[in-house]
Amino acid sequence: MILDLFNYWVVIALMMIGFFIVIARGNLVKKIIGLNIFQTSVFIFYISAGKVNGGTAPIVVEGAKLYSNPLPHVLILTAIVVGIATTALALSLVIRIKANYGSVEESVILKQDKL
Amino acid sequence: MISHLPILQVIIPLLGAPACLLLNRPNLAWLFSILVSVLTLITSIALLMQVQAQGTISYMLGGWEAPWGIEYRIDFINAFVLVIVSALGAITLIAAKDGISKEIAEPKQPLFYVSFLLCLAGLLGITATGDAFNIFVFLEISSLATYTLIAMGDDRRALWSSYQYLIVGTIGATFILIGIGLMYMMTGTLNIHDLAERLPAVTASNAVLASYAFILVGVALKLALFPLHFWLPNAYTYAPNIVTVFLAGTATKVAIYLLIRFNFDVYEISAPQFKYMINMVFITLGIMAVIIASWTAIYQTNIKRMLAYSSVAQIGYMILGFGLDSVSGLQASLLHLFNHALMKGGLFIALTAVALKLGKVELDDLNGLAKKMPWTFAAFVIGGLSLIGVPLTVGFVSKWYLVVAAAEQQQWYIIGFVLLGSLLAVIYIWRVVEAAWFKPPKELQNAAGNVTATTSREAPVLILIPLWILILANIYFGIDTRFPVSISQQAAQLLFGGA
Repeated sequence: MILDLFNYWVVIALMMIGFFIVIARGNLVKKIIGLNIFQTSVFIFYISAGKVNGGTAPIVVEGAKLYSNPLPHVLILTAIVVGIATTALALSLVIRIKANYGSVEESVILKQDKL
Repeated sequence: MISHLPILQVIIPLLGAPACLLLNRPNLAWLFSILVSVLTLITSIALLMQVQAQGTISYMLGGWEAPWGIEYRIDFINAFVLVIVSALGAITLIAAKDGISKEIAEPKQPLFYVSFLLCLAGLLGITATGDAFNIFVFLEISSLATYTLIAMGDDRRALWSSYQYLIVGTIGATFILIGIGLMYMMTGTLNIHDLAERLPAVTASNAVLASYAFILVGVALKLALFPLHFWLPNAYTYAPNIVTVFLAGTATKVAIYLLIRFNFDVYEISAPQFKYMINMVFITLGIMAVIIASWTAIYQTNIKRMLAYSSVAQIGYMILGFGLDSVSGLQASLLHLFNHALMKGGLFIALTAVALKLGKVELDDLNGLAKKMPWTFAAFVIGGLSLIGVPLTVGFVSKWYLVVAAAEQQQWYIIGFVLLGSLLAVIYIWRVVEAAWFKPPKELQNAAGNVTATTSREAPVLILIPLWILILANIYFGIDTRFPVSISQQAAQLLFGGA
């Protein structure tokens, strides 16, 4: 029973780990890593949702009757691209923050400016 | 051509953005982006007229049939929001030139217009599309563009605000993505119209409730609903002034639209107890937003920050109308959505003019400034009156509808809180008016050497014109209320009738 839903347990575990890192870590780069783990859990969630038990890859071949659902997989490709764009933007922001504040630690930055 | 209007609405700014990059000259890019935004405005007005004439428009992207292909579905409510967003986009861009040439380094100015148009395309896309996953994609297009726009502020705190918003915004968008995934698992469709038909069959399932919760929280993060609003004051304060005008007028409005769409169109919560609980949550959060944010606004010395908190309070009014869960309550929310775009757009453009002269918008620096910039501060006073909700301005119209909607359900305490919120607005608007009009001007050195040297003391014409367009609209729609009232009524009835 529990093992049937193994993928979803992994999804929840990754999601919480990522979320925790985003909230608890003060290092801006580590926050981004947490955000990435958080997003990755959603990717796995979609991919698992598209799996049909006993189904093969959705390519028409002789003998195959049952196919996995390709749509969630295609959707998640888009979401991965979005994730990359977000990470790139976040990292470039961190570079500029480092240049302006001389640090990537939340506490140091907040001390320099009243925010 | 006419039949392709729904997609043109999104395609025009989306293609305009890279074209802007190729122009690579600040003034050229500015003129071009005005052209693009005016074209989108014309498109959205044409769409609204088309919807009024023949009802809901359904557009199949690439000719693929609806539940399989992506459908753009324009009805009263999103045609209305499209007009608001594209109008604000065009007006903001007209005012953008002077502020931008001062706040952003010249080589980066064309990039500003690129991000602006991308943001506009994303917001219009969210509104126009009828596909749940498409909403997520456009949401991220507009969000990424917004982070860039905020980070262009000349204060280094803009970077931190942008980063903070990026983290929160991404979590919000990912929550929405999870919600959409759960809905897809339960129904096998992503088309919103299709979802609305299929969800009632599985509405008892926990997965559907979970998806509702994820989407609700995700959207609430994007629209800065009260306890999740902490990113908004920073983002609005440190973004370039003109970006604040645009964001205040459009970004939260589109998020409200999403909330309305999901809450009334997609999910049909049948269990009355659950529905009652959700509505009570909306009403409670709405009231808290109105009171606490208005109270915080009173204590701000930075005027931009003050108006940002006021925005959180105004979102509270919209959520209040929403939580009443009736046609008139929803109508009040939609009206306030339109009206708030007009008044906050006007007020923030006035601040752009002030910041152009002074470089900052601290309350102390405003002393006596109205004598030098009478047009700007006259506009600020009218916009402020509208924000308070004085009769003959639009602010009165939406608050009136909200009060009527509350009275309909005998929720008298809501009326009390709405009035209290208006009184708090009187206080924070009055502080600015008092400083600008009634306090003696400070020594001229305060207005820094180059300011006294300029021949014209009033703000540039290119800022005054869009400013007064918005302010006059505040008065016009406060007196002749037919346009927003009839549209919002039809939209509200459609949502309750069709859902």
